[in-house]
Amino acid sequence: MSKKKTPGLNTSSTADIAFLLLCYFLMTTTMGSQTGLARRLPPIPDSKQQVEDQKINRRNIIVVRINSADRVLAGSEGIEIAFLKDKVKEFLDNPNNDPNLPEKEVKEIEGFKAVPVSKGVISLQNDRGTSYSTYIAVQNELVKAVNELRDEFSMANFGKKYARLSEEEQGWVKKAVPQNISEAEPKDVNASTR
Amino acid sequence: MSMFGGNNKKEVPGISSGSLSDIVFMLLFFFMVTTQMRETENKVQVKLPEASEVTKLERKDLSSYINIGTPIRSLQAQYGTDARIQLNDSFKTKEDIRDFVASEREAMNEGDRPLMTVCIRADQDVRMGIITDVKQELRRCSALKIMYSARRPSE
Repeated sequence: MSKKKTPGLNTSSTADIAFLLLCYFLMTTTMGSQTGLARRLPPIPDSKQQVEDQKINRRNIIVVRINSADRVLAGSEGIEIAFLKDKVKEFLDNPNNDPNLPEKEVKEIEGFKAVPVSKGVISLQNDRGTSYSTYIAVQNELVKAVNELRDEFSMANFGKKYARLSEEEQGWVKKAVPQNISEAEPKDVNASTR
Repeated sequence: MSMFGGNNKKEVPGISSGSLSDIVFMLLFFFMVTTQMRETENKVQVKLPEASEVTKLERKDLSSYINIGTPIRSLQAQYGTDARIQLNDSFKTKEDIRDFVASEREAMNEGDRPLMTVCIRADQDVRMGIITDVKQELRRCSALKIMYSARRPSE
């Protein structure tokens, strides 16, 4: 029996093999998570619901229109996208109980307390010729307005920002400051803004 | 000088590269864990619009994607430069969305079906007309949870 020593395996190429594998994974996979603005579409209305929709009081609704030239109208006047957030915030918050702004209803939130909840609804209408980037910019401003109101509400009630609240508390805040954005039935918005 | 320089012709030992493969393997595992396979090949150019208030998609496995945009360069000769809808791997029309949603639903667990989210990945230069059509079609097949894909603005 000759006890010959087996030569050690040459491992210098494992690094190359691993690099190849690494490159393969870098090429075929995607990084990062999907982000976006989550929305809930309204179900197709039946004839009964149509009547209910019309019952919303005029003061409770703000119509945001985007025409085919990407101009934005809030209520009845044209507005820059940069100012839209403040306008919507004022509309939803109604700090001075202006009779032209949405009414508030005191609602009992389970496990929390009774708070006045605004009945305001934002109705977003767009034209077929509106560009998607403007549409998303407007959506973004609307969400920002609601998020800021939620932040203010959480600061006043819990002394913390909305994002730092527990899940249960976030649920309460969501109920106290609802995000009522309705994406209207498609119809052509007139290009003339007067 | 003589304290250190006893023998100047000493050879520098080579750097051991034995652990190199371990390091690369670690990198490899990192990428394998954090990334997902690309499920479809993009046939339309999509440059997502920017939005600062974006939220993360919670369940990636419960979402299906609708890509809307102009066809990529190499396909423009065949399909033109008008915005098209891409479902899975091919160009479709809005009438096909119903079948698409039905088949995506079918592929999910019974309990997960109400949580299905449809991700609309549309190019920022697309006109709203095509998106309105898609939205109406989604409402008709009661896929009401949607998400407008957008990216955080780069600062």
